[in-house]
Amino acid sequence: MATKASHPNSLSKKEAAVGGYFKAISAIVWKDLRAEFRSWELISAMLVFSLLAILIFNFALELDVKTRQSVTAGVLWATFAFAGTLGLNRSMSIEKDRGCLDGLLLAPVDRSAIYFGKFFSNLAFMLIVEAIVLPVYSVLYNTNLFHPGLIAVILLGSIGYTSVGTLLAAMSVQTRTRDVLLPILLFPVAFAVLLSAVKASGGFLNGADFAEISFPINLLIVYDIIFIAISFMLFDAVVEE
Amino acid sequence: MIVVKKLVKRFGLKTVLRGVDFAVQPGEFVALLGPNGAGKTTFLRILAALSRPTLGEVRIAGYKLPDEAAQVRARLGVVSHLSLLYNDLTAEENLRFYARMYNVENSSARIAAVLAMIGLEARRRDLVRTYSRGMQQRLAIGRAVLHDPQIMLLDEPYTGLDQDASSMLDAALKAVAAEGRTIVMTSHDLARAEELAARFDILSRGIIVASATRKQIKKNNLLSFYKQALAD
Repeated sequence: MATKASHPNSLSKKEAAVGGYFKAISAIVWKDLRAEFRSWELISAMLVFSLLAILIFNFALELDVKTRQSVTAGVLWATFAFAGTLGLNRSMSIEKDRGCLDGLLLAPVDRSAIYFGKFFSNLAFMLIVEAIVLPVYSVLYNTNLFHPGLIAVILLGSIGYTSVGTLLAAMSVQTRTRDVLLPILLFPVAFAVLLSAVKASGGFLNGADFAEISFPINLLIVYDIIFIAISFMLFDAVVEE
Repeated sequence: MIVVKKLVKRFGLKTVLRGVDFAVQPGEFVALLGPNGAGKTTFLRILAALSRPTLGEVRIAGYKLPDEAAQVRARLGVVSHLSLLYNDLTAEENLRFYARMYNVENSSARIAAVLAMIGLEARRRDLVRTYSRGMQQRLAIGRAVLHDPQIMLLDEPYTGLDQDASSMLDAALKAVAAEGRTIVMTSHDLARAEELAARFDILSRGIIVASATRKQIKKNNLLSFYKQALAD
């Protein structure tokens, strides 16, 4: 039996485990943002889709001011969910198409670091799109969306949606029907997050008491924790051949 | 350096590898030859810890797969027919990214040395999407040796390369081999394999059917050895 060979670049086990882990996460986020801000391939697709969706909703529904107020949260989250699916799909397809996912899997880091790297990148893309869509939506629907509580709900909802979406995108990208499969897998799983986000957003927009809004917000926080924990545990099995 | 015993790999009901025994000494350059569907890529993916063996034992640099996969991956450099590079990053940015993934110390100096070795210093700030296929493959070799691995796994590295690009890749691979690394390369190109490798193993229908060193094969006779092995 061959003896275990030392490696010239190897650090101590503890350093490799901690430093390497966070370095890998930050490397993936840096790489994704750098490539995206050069090509604008992913954000532009999500943005164009979002703007078209809110325009279509605006003209198709032809709502009076009062009704607009009540449907705003639903329209907003439907737009974010569909645009988010586009982004999640594209983000993983870029890794798969040129074998780059193998490049990531070959790195000597815990594979959950790859999950968190992709999760933070996808979250950043989604938040950028949301930050552009919100003012446009405010103008078109004549609704003030710049409420701190609503911003917090959008952040919590995006975290939950992206955390489970990143895991399922890693799964669906390995299939031939990846474009179709991701929404089919994601929407039923993320339904609870989307429903809680719509309820909490609607509550803030309609000036409801915090006691009324606190339940969906607490649910969002719980879902975020559960989805991140499950994704952290399952990612290795999902990407393993 | 690499020890494989009775390796079996199944995908559902299909058995791709049927009890492969394989061993490579440190510094040895082994060409793994065989027809399409023989299981070469599956075998290399198991060695690269990208796929789990169904049965059997795999040890690389003394570490057992899949239990000690992270230790094995730190010692491996992998080149495939896909470049594993990001089109929207420059060559330097691609190498910087992988240097961070592999926790390479003194990465700037190492990246400069690797770019010099593969002859892409002048194009280091160009996007990879502007590179020819041959240049991308040279950069892929640079990526694979960046963390100074002891073992290189090359899966059909010449696929899609023209004559000039293949010659340039030859030079890059010879430079890598001259540094004393252990190399396992799968290939359909017998002439290239004969030029580079010191040992030739033939994989057919999921099992190694023949093995011979360069000395055992008379010059320019690899083709007949290959045909004979597949016929037996």
